[in-house]
Amino acid sequence: MHSPLASTPLFYLGPVPISAAVVTTWAIMALLSVGAACCTRRLSLTPSKAQTVLELLVGTIDQQITDTMQAAPLKYRALIGTLFLFILVCNWSSLLPGVEPPTAHVETDAALALIVFGTTIFYGVRSRGLLRYLATFAEPTWIMIPLNLVEQITRTFSLMVRLFGNVMSGVFVVSIVLSLAGLLVPIPLMALDLLTGTVQAYIFTVLAMVFIGAALDDSTSAVLKKT
Amino acid sequence: MNNLIQIVSILAAAIAVSFGAIGPALGEGRAVAAAMDALARQPESAGTISRTLFVGLAMIETMAIYCLVIALLVLFANPFIK
Repeated sequence: MHSPLASTPLFYLGPVPISAAVVTTWAIMALLSVGAACCTRRLSLTPSKAQTVLELLVGTIDQQITDTMQAAPLKYRALIGTLFLFILVCNWSSLLPGVEPPTAHVETDAALALIVFGTTIFYGVRSRGLLRYLATFAEPTWIMIPLNLVEQITRTFSLMVRLFGNVMSGVFVVSIVLSLAGLLVPIPLMALDLLTGTVQAYIFTVLAMVFIGAALDDSTSAVLKKT
Repeated sequence: MNNLIQIVSILAAAIAVSFGAIGPALGEGRAVAAAMDALARQPESAGTISRTLFVGLAMIETMAIYCLVIALLVLFANPFIK
């Protein structure tokens, strides 16, 4: 049986092996960017259908950022919105025949989790300054320093394994049922996959928001403590 | 020797998934029961409750997924099988 952890190279670009997941990622990136560029070229006050959908999407993402991070959404909209849309389209790309979602390979999820890890530190340092950001590791007391350091690693790791495990297990189960029972039987499982894919994309984004929000300055998160 | 390791790995994978599913199953049951309780008391906040429930369920389910990943590691990426 084909191992879900291995990725076979599709072709070689010079010395660099290119796997099918990378090609799918490029296709999804191209689709998202070209789609967004096309839809936002002619914006008007009386919106077309596509613009209405986009406005609804951006409005929902903004609302989620405001609710979760207690901060103005403008600075984080690009990152959070892209993360959500990219993971969602990746998870749903398994509907196309012959396409395996890139998030079912551990490399893509590792890259996404590393992006969240990096941005958390970046926004923390930019919001507090380097020394005050490092000082947050010593909260509430200095004894917690090793635990806080370990937490940074483990939560990034669990972010990766959560997304990978959920999407990969869906693809894996569908392939097993398909090989055992035949055509059309795994359709209910694929419908379940759609739900799982949506929820996992949402959770990944919410956790990214929570991590970044926790690294921000207290003056912005003071509202959070009051509620 | 290699054969024995393979037998033991398959057994270990089955045990990991089966026992790893018990805890999350109990947890999810409790979470859904609590959500039903909350829904019965406050039907007007159904949106918030179900959203939080979905996120919470996915978080709990992750524990079982971890076991599945470990089982797959043991089956497909076992470092002791040459």
